[in-house]
Amino acid sequence: MCHQTVSLVARYLEERGIPTMCMGSALDILTAGNPPRATFVDFPLGHTVGKPFDRDGQIDIVRRGLLGLETMTAPGIETLAVRWSDDEDWKREASDGASGGDVRQPRDTTPRYQYEEDRRLAEGG
Amino acid sequence: MHVDYMKAITERYSRLGYPPYDWYHADTPPPWQPLDRKLSDCKIGMMSTSGAYVAGQVAYFYKDDTSTRRIPKRTPTEDLRFSHITENYLVDPRRDPNCIFPIEALRRLEDEGTVGEVADELFSCMGGIYSKRRVAEELAPAVHENFKAQNVDAALLVAM
Repeated sequence: MCHQTVSLVARYLEERGIPTMCMGSALDILTAGNPPRATFVDFPLGHTVGKPFDRDGQIDIVRRGLLGLETMTAPGIETLAVRWSDDEDWKREASDGASGGDVRQPRDTTPRYQYEEDRRLAEGG
Repeated sequence: MHVDYMKAITERYSRLGYPPYDWYHADTPPPWQPLDRKLSDCKIGMMSTSGAYVAGQVAYFYKDDTSTRRIPKRTPTEDLRFSHITENYLVDPRRDPNCIFPIEALRRLEDEGTVGEVADELFSCMGGIYSKRRVAEELAPAVHENFKAQNVDAALLVAM
């Protein structure tokens, strides 16, 4: 649960003197984790820092997120003014417990490579 | 509207017969460390929970893997790979890693001077860790050690 993990790590780092900025796309999980600073990017999961191949948009999102480190003077979650699409169909799909949410893979301790070639490289074969 | 992921995931797990997920609800206010200088004078560290690794590194496994991968900031984007328990969210990151792992954005923000410097090693973990205890006892200290060793002034944590 990535958004929960970043909140826990952010609180740990901040307690030890490192200011943090979390960026995430699941507002409810971020709110529950209550990290020191967060930037909410209202995009489908997997696109926290932008749309694919939209380099200028990605840079702008990361820039605005980082600037929050300077501008936020108290804990909170700031919402970025960005829009994924003209309609909100993706939100209805993601909210549906039948089709939305995590399609998790089997939980075991075998490394899962993106490509078979990666396995050969990593295993030195 | 905002997507209610906790509700959707709870429903989905229940329907599939998985044990219910034990969500973390912070019960204390967050700690607060003010940034003591301008962002343009800061060295920034970055961690992503997307399960990013570089071709040649060992990939992540999906049962509470708390390990991290160091990813040099000059790594060519085409060498970035992902493995994460929720592979359904990796379709676009595998086409363009920059939508979840902002390696090119950080290089640009360093070049343009928005940040003073980006730490030489970015890093990633596979954030789908079900054990909060293991996040606190294994992952968080490793992240802290890495950022301390690189003398970062502030950290960007990008969730997937």
